[in-house]
Amino acid sequence: MASHLPPKPTPQHSTTTAGGMAESGHARPRGLMRWLLTTNHKEIGTLYLLFSLTMFFIGGIFALVVRAELFQPGLQLVQPEFFNQMTTMHGLIMVFGAIMPAFVGLANWMVPLQIGAPDMALPRLNNFSFWLLPVAFLLLLSTLLMPGGGPNFGWTFYAPLSTTYAPPSTSFFILSLHLAGISSILGAINIIATILNLRAPGMRMMDMPLFVWTWLITAFLLIAVMPVLAGVITMMLMDINFGTSFFNAAGGGDPVLFQHLFWFFGHPEVYIMILPAFGIVSAIIPTFSRKRLFGYASMVYATAAIAILSFMVWAHHMFIVGLPLVAELFFMYTTMLIAVPTGVKVFNWVATMFRGSISFEPPMLFALAFVVQFTVGGFSGLMLAIAPADFQYHDTYFVVAHFHYVLVPGALFAILAGAYYWLPKWTGHYPSVRLSQWHFWLSVIGVNLTFFPMHFSGLAGMPRRIPDYALQFADFNLVSSLGGFLFGASQLLFVLVIIKCVRGGEKAPAKAWEGAEDLEWSVPSPAPLHTFETPPTFQPREH
Amino acid sequence: MSRRDDQATGRAGVRRTVTRTLVVLAGMFAFAFALVPLYDVFCDLTGLNGKTSARAQPLVEQEVDASRMVTVQFITRGSQGLPWHLEVNTRQIRLHPGQREEVFFTFRNNGDATTLARAVPSVSPSAASLHLRKLTCFCFQEQQLAAGETLKAPLVFQLTRDLPADIKTVTLVYTLYPVQSAQAEVARRESITEGDSA
Ligand code: HEM
Ligand SMILES: [Cu+2]
Repeated sequence: MASHLPPKPTPQHSTTTAGGMAESGHARPRGLMRWLLTTNHKEIGTLYLLFSLTMFFIGGIFALVVRAELFQPGLQLVQPEFFNQMTTMHGLIMVFGAIMPAFVGLANWMVPLQIGAPDMALPRLNNFSFWLLPVAFLLLLSTLLMPGGGPNFGWTFYAPLSTTYAPPSTSFFILSLHLAGISSILGAINIIATILNLRAPGMRMMDMPLFVWTWLITAFLLIAVMPVLAGVITMMLMDINFGTSFFNAAGGGDPVLFQHLFWFFGHPEVYIMILPAFGIVSAIIPTFSRKRLFGYASMVYATAAIAILSFMVWAHHMFIVGLPLVAELFFMYTTMLIAVPTGVKVFNWVATMFRGSISFEPPMLFALAFVVQFTVGGFSGLMLAIAPADFQYHDTYFVVAHFHYVLVPGALFAILAGAYYWLPKWTGHYPSVRLSQWHFWLSVIGVNLTFFPMHFSGLAGMPRRIPDYALQFADFNLVSSLGGFLFGASQLLFVLVIIKCVRGGEKAPAKAWEGAEDLEWSVPSPAPLHTFETPPTFQPREH
Repeated sequence: MSRRDDQATGRAGVRRTVTRTLVVLAGMFAFAFALVPLYDVFCDLTGLNGKTSARAQPLVEQEVDASRMVTVQFITRGSQGLPWHLEVNTRQIRLHPGQREEVFFTFRNNGDATTLARAVPSVSPSAASLHLRKLTCFCFQEQQLAAGETLKAPLVFQLTRDLPADIKTVTLVYTLYPVQSAQAEVARRESITEGDSA
């Protein structure tokens, strides 16, 4: 993508905060070294996005192995041991390798542009955070080839499955997760430092676009919970290698403690994967409704409320471990409480569209699908939040349906919407409308064919993470598998859209969308390598 | 404000933000580890995880509550391929709160080597664990058995009268775990003060 950005030599601005190689006045390194050493937020953003796309396809292939095995009852294609590795790796790669880096990539590209900053606050650190990721995930993928195979204990890696009974490669899994975690933490520090310190003069916090706001809050969540994840996997490492008994009942430890610690990280983590999506959708819906976002302040407060509440609900993943009644009730009610700020957001998006003059460009299609289908996931979440009902639903395909609705047509569709929205800014060309419409409709159909039947198979009792199933689930699984392959294949269209868009297409002006108002639309399309070296004049708008 | 001032304050601000986030990071990492003892303390106080005291507790002298009966069930199980067998002489007894009771467990090593193991208790409902007092238990230490050896050991316990009235059945599960000899603080029969020969 960015290889088409005309490198604009601006030696007179060599003192900008964007220190490092590129600004040192010498010729920029070319070829591979340029990408290896870049400290430019746009190039690093592009790297993140390309990395995420690659991981998305690798994780997708693993998911299709799972779906192919589940196409019919019985064992056909893979051994149960390998099946377990596929479900585990799919989850890990999609969460830590696809969704999170995609959001960080979007933040790298768009946060400086949206707040009128010349670059991220810490450009070299930025480079380092990115390059940790390929190392982490090559390591993670390589565990599949190690003796005993890769991680096979589910993306939630519950002890003692991941300690006492784990394959020998588990220490490498822990190391790779540490690296990915450090990358996220450094990314979060950078984003916070950028947003708090580099805003254009005159831009107050309550003037920031919502994508910036949601990312700021997400970054705080990352700072708060990634160290807890690091702590948990360090304890695992010590249990495995140094004979401690944090999670080992034989030595006086407690496996349930693992689940508490994991979900204390894990639940905020699921919000880390959705809050930036809220921000993207809050940018797109007003643009294509040609109206101001309805309830800007309430959006900010709702995001903050969700973030704070997300620390108080973790045990809704543990209703069946034997919590005392008061705890069941506490976590049930706090979980349901989260639906309130979430509902405020959905209400505001709908209210923004109300009486707007709406047009259905590709980003808007994805954003609308997000609102509808994310809400479906929210409703199944509410069902799961009812503790006595969760005794029945837990660890069935109903949970799988729930979190795929919030993550695929939720988080992923928001990322796709963001990509379609900002591609003109990145490449200078509009993405092909016809191709993107095919991509959109095939994705929507594929996603719903895949995940909607899982509600039914789950309610009927089909357990998750098992390579075989009882005959009565055969029809639902057949539909899910066909849908999965349709969805997977249609993502190739997205790659085609990107390639064509980088190569050419209808030229986009600076303000690529008629209703778009934020600062990024004041710089030329494609955005030159260096922007806002002198801060823009920012005119606060009424919200 | 001039551009130059802006940048100076910007850079100082960045440094301040980074320092603060690093402090929070270190704090949260420490917090994760602090949660382990906190969790144990919390569970000890509330009995939430169904663990019983790891040391012998004295009998509480109190009158037996003859007005109600509680069923106590015993479940034993092995784990992790340990070639031991654990059996209890009564699977279920009925008693009054306040009463002192004695039950015998038999360990047998069916393997062909001397091994160490430990029986780890768990009580459910977990609320009962605060009211279960063990005067004597084989679970306070590891046991060591030679191949084919058998060991009969008592559990002496009391359910105190303040056991919540809604608890009618208490289940006590013992799971046998292998112990690596390196990390064992073996105290073979020393702990089993009562009824060694019974
Ligand atoms: C209205 C909002 C939501 C509610 C009430 C809710 C509730 C729940 C509950 C109760 C569970 C546990 C189910 C079980 O394991 O038995 C669960 C699982 C899950 N939720 Fe949500 N949820 C909500 C939104 C979200 C969002 C926005 C995301 C992510 C973007 C998400 C991601 C997940 C994931 C990944 C799991 C499964 C984790 C696993 O066991 O692998 N949820 N949700
Ligand atoms: Cu949750």
